[in-house]
Amino acid sequence: MSTSHHRVLIIGSGPAGLTAAIYTARASLQPLIIEGEPSSTSDQPGGQLMLTTEVENFPGFPEGIMGPELMTRCREQAARFGAQFITEKVTKVDFSARPFKAWVRDTLYTADSVIVSTGAQSLMLGLPEESRLIGHGLSTCATCDGFFFRGQNIVVVGGGDSALEEAQFLTKFAAKVTIIHRRDTLRASKIMQERAFANEKIEFLWNSQVTKLLGDEKVTGIEVASTVDGTTSTLDVTGVFVAIGHKPNTGLFEGILDMEPTGYLITKPGSTYTNIEGVFACGDVQDHTYRQAITAAGSGCMAAIDCERWLEAQH
Amino acid sequence: MADGIVTLTSETFDEMVRGSDTPILVDFWAEWCGPCKQIAPVLAELATENKGKLTVAKLNVDDHGDIAMRFNVMSIPTLIVFKQGEPAKRLVGAKGKGQLVQELAEFL
Repeated sequence: MSTSHHRVLIIGSGPAGLTAAIYTARASLQPLIIEGEPSSTSDQPGGQLMLTTEVENFPGFPEGIMGPELMTRCREQAARFGAQFITEKVTKVDFSARPFKAWVRDTLYTADSVIVSTGAQSLMLGLPEESRLIGHGLSTCATCDGFFFRGQNIVVVGGGDSALEEAQFLTKFAAKVTIIHRRDTLRASKIMQERAFANEKIEFLWNSQVTKLLGDEKVTGIEVASTVDGTTSTLDVTGVFVAIGHKPNTGLFEGILDMEPTGYLITKPGSTYTNIEGVFACGDVQDHTYRQAITAAGSGCMAAIDCERWLEAQH
Repeated sequence: MADGIVTLTSETFDEMVRGSDTPILVDFWAEWCGPCKQIAPVLAELATENKGKLTVAKLNVDDHGDIAMRFNVMSIPTLIVFKQGEPAKRLVGAKGKGQLVQELAEFL
């Protein structure tokens, strides 16, 4: 016996989910969005942009806009057209028959169609010391924790836009930020690279990876190894920010939706159709190529349109 | 104190925390921290639901960094439950209501 039945269930409320919500709400499909719980990692309401500061590349904001503010506005827009939100985590799904089912613990929700937009969360280094030191010098949220490293020497691990953006932000507080990257070229955008190279507080440690986190109750240093010849060294730092990429939040769909070995959901090229008719996927959960807020929003719109047309064709 | 949450400052902290009959949950937060804002409505609910049994308070680490430093707060949000003036439990990072309720059960 389900708590409620909906035409459209959207799982996740990042740019993809919220755009899908706006469009399906405006199509009078009364979408229900089950968006997850507050969290300091990025599998949370609002998605990855909740952990960032200035977003300068989302079109429409020549002055830039703060990530959380952009997501608040998208959410308000969806709510304006009647989208409903449940701020809980989906714990289980069953797409084997229609109506599709999703549970939040013991509460069952059923839907005629589902849009999966669960996004991605930060990859961690995979070191044994991580669970002990997270929040004690080890962080994946520069905006949350950068403040506490005023005047200190810290490192950012990674070589993409996220890593450079975090490093840039952290120079507001830290005395020195060392970016540790396992290759000798960055994959970040040119403009971000230029800014990082020009920033006096940022140094680069190339061809290196972090092999150990040091410190008992908080980070006191790291061990790094060269990816070229394996030589090791120790850095005395009190903060480690991890920005090495993301993994898609698809644990719920294992064995249910087709996915790449890396976990990304597979959608039919040029659409948001998954292997199950009536279940659509959009945003970073199915995109390992672009992974931008605007591409996520775009695919959220595609999912809404695919979904609306599919529902119509069922009658 | 519109949402039932007490705002603490460096000046009022010790008095409030030591003088509280009930356990007091202090939320260390800042304006620029997304996850901190996410838990704000959850904390407001907890404050209302546990009125008389638990006091919920918040401290802005930007404005009152000395208190944050005193308690070794290195990541926000950090929630510390004080019982009889002493830290009894520390939770680091934003969490959902269900988990928070579980963690606070022993104090209620």
